[in-house]
Amino acid sequence: MDFLFYMGDVFTPINFGLLLLGTIGGLILGATPGLSPTMAVALLIPFTFQLEPQQGLILLGAAYTSTVAGGAVSAILLKIPGAPANIATTLDGHTMATKGEGAKALQLSFLASAVGGLFGVFLLIFLTPVLAQWALAFGPSHLFWLAILGVTVIGTLDSSSVVKGLLAGCIGLWLATIGFDDIMGAQRFIFHPSVSGGINVIPALIGLFAIPQVITMFTKGRSSDDAEIISVKRHPIRLAFVEVLRRKTALFIGTITGTIIGLIPGVGGQIAGLVAYDQSKKFSRESEKFGTGHSEGVIAAESANNAMVGPSLVPLLTLSIPGSPTAAVLLGGLLIHGIFPGPDLFMNYPQVAWTFIDSMLIGQILMCIFGLYIAGLAARVARVPHAVMAAVVLGLAVFGSYSVQNSMGDVYVMASLGVGMYFLERFGFSAAPLVLGLILGPIAEANFIQGSMIANATVGMGSYFFTGWLNWLLILIVLASVSYSIWMEVAQRRYTTKDDAVAKEEAMS
Amino acid sequence: MRKWIAGAALALAAMTGPALADGHASYPERPIMMMVSYGAGGATDFQARIVTMTAGNEDALGMPIAILNRPGAGGRVGWNWFATEAEADGYTLAAYNVPHFIAQSIEGGVSYSTDDFEPIANWGADPAVFVVGADSEFDSMADVVAYAKENPGGLTFSGAGLFVGHHIAALQLEKAAGVKLAYIPNNAGGAGAMRAVIAGEVLGGVNNLSDAFRAQAAGNVKILGVFDLERNAFLPDVPTMKEQGFDIDNASVNFRGVMVPKGTPQEVIDRLAEVVPTMFENKRVQSRMEAGGSPMAIMTRDEVIEMWAARQATLEELLAGL
Repeated sequence: MDFLFYMGDVFTPINFGLLLLGTIGGLILGATPGLSPTMAVALLIPFTFQLEPQQGLILLGAAYTSTVAGGAVSAILLKIPGAPANIATTLDGHTMATKGEGAKALQLSFLASAVGGLFGVFLLIFLTPVLAQWALAFGPSHLFWLAILGVTVIGTLDSSSVVKGLLAGCIGLWLATIGFDDIMGAQRFIFHPSVSGGINVIPALIGLFAIPQVITMFTKGRSSDDAEIISVKRHPIRLAFVEVLRRKTALFIGTITGTIIGLIPGVGGQIAGLVAYDQSKKFSRESEKFGTGHSEGVIAAESANNAMVGPSLVPLLTLSIPGSPTAAVLLGGLLIHGIFPGPDLFMNYPQVAWTFIDSMLIGQILMCIFGLYIAGLAARVARVPHAVMAAVVLGLAVFGSYSVQNSMGDVYVMASLGVGMYFLERFGFSAAPLVLGLILGPIAEANFIQGSMIANATVGMGSYFFTGWLNWLLILIVLASVSYSIWMEVAQRRYTTKDDAVAKEEAMS
Repeated sequence: MRKWIAGAALALAAMTGPALADGHASYPERPIMMMVSYGAGGATDFQARIVTMTAGNEDALGMPIAILNRPGAGGRVGWNWFATEAEADGYTLAAYNVPHFIAQSIEGGVSYSTDDFEPIANWGADPAVFVVGADSEFDSMADVVAYAKENPGGLTFSGAGLFVGHHIAALQLEKAAGVKLAYIPNNAGGAGAMRAVIAGEVLGGVNNLSDAFRAQAAGNVKILGVFDLERNAFLPDVPTMKEQGFDIDNASVNFRGVMVPKGTPQEVIDRLAEVVPTMFENKRVQSRMEAGGSPMAIMTRDEVIEMWAARQATLEELLAGL
């Protein structure tokens, strides 16, 4: 119960002020397209030079927590996922916003974030030693199978047909091979200097999600002079609470998936939201409503991506190994004050470590309060006329892509992928599986190569990739996931007539 | 009207005149950018941020240095950009990592070599060390080599990638001990390579001294040897490779410093070469680096030019056999 003992330290005037600053600043940075949590935390590092270690960490921890949640704002209102963690939020969240339920979607997302986030931090407090072993359990072969599991999700994720989903996923996997490969340094498909570093995920996300929408808005503006005015429905916060509690399955699956995946070094944050979305879709009684502005989709995705925040710090705090890019930046923030994280961190610097964790707990609650306030204001975005909205989104898209590494190359990548995606969407492809391919490609490839190098030097490929309970478990889940997709495809095809397909196509365009 | 334009033109000329005549005496006039070719949070990024934090002081450059990360392909992406696209006006600096960029230029497929960059000063030297898990049966390099002799090509050990300091150290060890080893480059850099050692995925690993020092303090690894000419102040008890009977020099030591692109005006280079080493000597910088477990080695421009040339020769010979 050490964490209760140090709880008071969070509420000293300076510490609490920094916590507020980090939370509000984090929400704003998170809502800005292109500024991922990692970048937001890296931007704050220089400010922590001047602060006490404890204060610096409070600022960084609060910013980390709230940037992840803040990403939902642009995902829901503008359909620009601020970071890979928010991809799944766009699927139902933005659809809700276009139906005038933006306020509701934002309220749900912040409440779900807080529930997931608090659960994740409590897990960090109580189960860190156990979880540290779990974080180490995933070697190259397991990460490879995990990435393959992610690929199987592609088929069932937000797509009218499994085949088109898989095709989009393959395009994503191909895009992922562009650039120097991570291990051997071989050059692949570098047809222009701006892609020599590979396709950066953030500009790709912005392009794939925002640009098709901008083009659609511009074309609509031209065909009909009186742009449709969406009435923004007010949504009392009380109802949002009821809704979140009513959707127990989605909340439960989101939180659990987020915490488990968040623990795995190097994979976690990026796919937690998507996997949780897919799982709760499979378990939901109303799975056909997913993708049409269904509240469960938002709740599952957002509870997952905030639940992963706490567990993602486990490898850092116990083993001194940063499990994610954001954790690496936090490590820098610790080292600069001469604090080495490790198993004795809580013994040597209890005040720093516990106050940091406590501030993340309080930060979740503050984030939720400010988020709910923002939800009321931000939902008015839907009232903006299409032409203005399109211009704003386009401006933010260019700014966001450029700011990732001050490079026009990323802007070109964003623009070309976006235009390409516009045409793909007209043929019924969707962006989410494509992005998932882009994210999973390098993970699967690098771990397969590493695994096979180790295997060839030791036990051989067969026994390296196919023995051990964790490998078996993952392979079983992969098989289950594939057979579920096939079964769904066959079952649905029985009822899908040509008329249904035509109606679906029309609804899409 | 024509007179007015002529007047305006004259006035403009008068305004820009002094600046031109002045040359680069007033450099720097605006904030400077420094490119780091590794991601935020990595050792190079972390150290670059510390050593440049006093740049804005009046006794230093008087202008802040902002860090810009361009990670990818073991540094190739950033250095390629720096050699081909960065403006040589003194407002674009970069951090270098030797032997990484020299080894990559020898390997080929990149558009830079030592001739494309002008060194300014060196701030750090992070030797490679050999680590094994805390519960490993190996207690010295002799144990490791004995195992490798019994199982040729079966000793798996991790490192941060190909053609970086760790890889060079691995090649040197293979050559000096006369054994075949299985070097497993990690895609997640030094941190990923360290994780592989702690989790027992590999039998050992080459890693940065600064990271290994922390991991040892946390009780996760044993450090068996240092790939350097002398023992390190952070690890006085760990013998060098040479002490353990392997003829290995300091070719794999990760030197970090500041450089500019070729073609930067000589006045600017001179000014930077004079001021930048004094920034590294700043007391606050030194204490932060010490606290972070990052060994410093301050070298002037002339010393770095010499060091680059020496590395070029050593690495060409070592990599010729590949």
